[in-house]
Amino acid sequence: MSTLAERAVARTPRRLASRLGGLSDRAIAWLFITPSVLLLLAINIFPLLWTIQLSFTNYRANRPNAPLRYIGLDNYRDILADADVWHAMQATAHFVLWSIGLEMLLGFGLALLINRRFRGHSFWTTMILLPMMLSPAVVGNFWTFLLQPQIGLFNSAVAFFTGADPSSFQMIGDVALAPWSIIMVDTWMWTPYVMLICLAGLRSIPDYIYEATEVDRASPWRQFWSITLPMVMPFLILAILFRAIENFKMFDMVNLLTSGGPGSTTEVASITLKREAFEKWRTGHSSALAIILFVTVFGAANIYVRALDRVKQR
Amino acid sequence: MIRTMRALGAAAVLVASCLGGQAPASAKQLTLCWAAWDPANALVELSKDFTAKTGIDMKYEFVPWTSYADRFLNELNSKGKLCDLIIGDSQWIGGAAENGHYVKLNDFFKKEGITMDDFMPATVVGYSEWPKNTPNYWALPAMGDAIGWTYRKDWFGRPEIQAEFKKKYGRDLAPPETWDQLKEIAEFFQGREIDGKKVYGAYIYTERGSEGITMGVTNALYDWGFEYDNPKKPYEMQGFVNSPEAVKALEFYKSLYKCCTAPGMSNAYMSEGLDAFKSGQVAMQMNFFAFFPGLYKDPNVGGDKIGFFVNPKEKYHYTQLGGQGISVVSYSPNRDDALAYIKWFAQPDIQKKWWALGGYSCHKAVLNDPGFPKSAPFAADFLKSMDIVKDFWAEPAYAELLLDMQKRVHDYVVADKGTAQEALDLLVKDWQKVFKEEGKI
Repeated sequence: MSTLAERAVARTPRRLASRLGGLSDRAIAWLFITPSVLLLLAINIFPLLWTIQLSFTNYRANRPNAPLRYIGLDNYRDILADADVWHAMQATAHFVLWSIGLEMLLGFGLALLINRRFRGHSFWTTMILLPMMLSPAVVGNFWTFLLQPQIGLFNSAVAFFTGADPSSFQMIGDVALAPWSIIMVDTWMWTPYVMLICLAGLRSIPDYIYEATEVDRASPWRQFWSITLPMVMPFLILAILFRAIENFKMFDMVNLLTSGGPGSTTEVASITLKREAFEKWRTGHSSALAIILFVTVFGAANIYVRALDRVKQR
Repeated sequence: MIRTMRALGAAAVLVASCLGGQAPASAKQLTLCWAAWDPANALVELSKDFTAKTGIDMKYEFVPWTSYADRFLNELNSKGKLCDLIIGDSQWIGGAAENGHYVKLNDFFKKEGITMDDFMPATVVGYSEWPKNTPNYWALPAMGDAIGWTYRKDWFGRPEIQAEFKKKYGRDLAPPETWDQLKEIAEFFQGREIDGKKVYGAYIYTERGSEGITMGVTNALYDWGFEYDNPKKPYEMQGFVNSPEAVKALEFYKSLYKCCTAPGMSNAYMSEGLDAFKSGQVAMQMNFFAFFPGLYKDPNVGGDKIGFFVNPKEKYHYTQLGGQGISVVSYSPNRDDALAYIKWFAQPDIQKKWWALGGYSCHKAVLNDPGFPKSAPFAADFLKSMDIVKDFWAEPAYAELLLDMQKRVHDYVVADKGTAQEALDLLVKDWQKVFKEEGKI
């Protein structure tokens, strides 16, 4: 029986085979990866370099004929001294930290439940996964209806349990409640995703470890702290990384739910960036803001990946 | 192999021409870009006449109001060829003129005998001129519009409600003429039960994302005495934007929002107002005249049940200008055909038909017709409103100026952040920064 490589060689047209025959393995490898590298350079690296260059200018995309001036670090200085940008960063941090905290807690809890393989667990797994299959734009839109004080199901449900008038409070129009509305909706949507990752972690723990601890008469609590949690930890950290990056650049859902309001209460960094770049058309300024956000996420992700490696090595 | 490659190439060209190619040169076509709303449907109907007369097909790109500016300003800024004709917002005129997006129409008007004297002066200044009050035309006034009000005539006319109102306020319940009267009426209706349903006083604009709250609050600001700048010294804003009168007006708008609007109206613009009024939720609604023909035809709240009134007055009497002019996009490859459309649209007969179909003509042949005020229940109020319109900045940097105002006003009115004085002081600083960057101060 011939090997896969032999069959591939046999099927290669003679002319091509003779042409490739003169090339080294390294050259052939380069031949194959060059298109991908070029594509990556064109759609990722070039725009990044271009953005960095623009961030040192006064360029505005809506004034192509205006003279382009290099203004050094002025854009960066303006941004870092701008109270509104700091407010947006605070709003983003509040959203990211709380939504991730809740998603981890609920996602891990659900994964522990689903992992028990009770009757109908496949059905419930599918049901739980439904929200994350929806588009954030759709979720943002229909939650605005659910949170509507007069006709929204959410207010009616709260009123049913508390006896309060449904229209006596508004979730997305109230300064105190609006940040929690976006956290709640994000948690509703992405907890299943965290659950899925945690479930993969739980299913990867070999049964014999639990059997060994049972022989040692370890309590379920002890099993959880000594086996389950440490072995799922790399998966949890990975889920935090994915969700943190996603939520740091969250735009669509928040934009549809609150448009950053009331006032600027829920104006997260990505909404500020969009307004600067595509509504105010301060392209140079917004490029600088984009670079600051990129460095923040990239830096945090790097630190985080190192922590993940350390956890894995344990 | 070469034959195969040729066949594939030919197939690719065929597929590309089917999927994304332009229409064959023989079939002329124009694309008109505008917002997706009732008047756009009227324009589609009207333009059938243009196609019948010229053989030029009309294609339309209508975008919802909330993404209208984003979509089309992106298109213009990227020098896109999607739109041959565009009905752009009045505030875009400065930027579109200075950045070369629109074709200057002076020579064309002269050649075709189109004169701006045939159009209402406020619409010429608002929709066509840049710089303002100079004879430099970049658009033909197409859709006159301003803020007006609708009210529930049937509720106002009920004897028991009339009697209760008179007992409480000592005057008849009638459409308000001043802002104080409007607030009294709104307070009177707020939370009242009518036909077994809880209703609310007034609907006003509060939208944060695009231009909503600015288009609402300016109706009060103008009437109290707010000015964009010193009439004698352009771009001097200190003491005009944040004058004591402007502060009072902003405080009033907030008090109206707090006392007399329906719950959940913290981010509401045109469509939310229409929904609130059509569902019988509010006694009075602020909205653009463009929607009034549709509301009048509404089977539930239209006809005898609806009434209209001009924006109330206070110390002064103004209203926010809406509406748009129609321009030829300078990147269009079909410029001559697009100009032919403008020529056709400017004809008095077409303008009369435009009004009859539900569009708001700006042509004097329509508006100065003795029968015009009685041609629709809101026509007289529209005429009055077009005499008292004021518009937001139409500077090239209008978007920055608008977003600054959206933020400061929404922060104060909806999010309870700071005082009215602080909000307007900050707005002055924001605007000074913009004009400084523009090199105007």
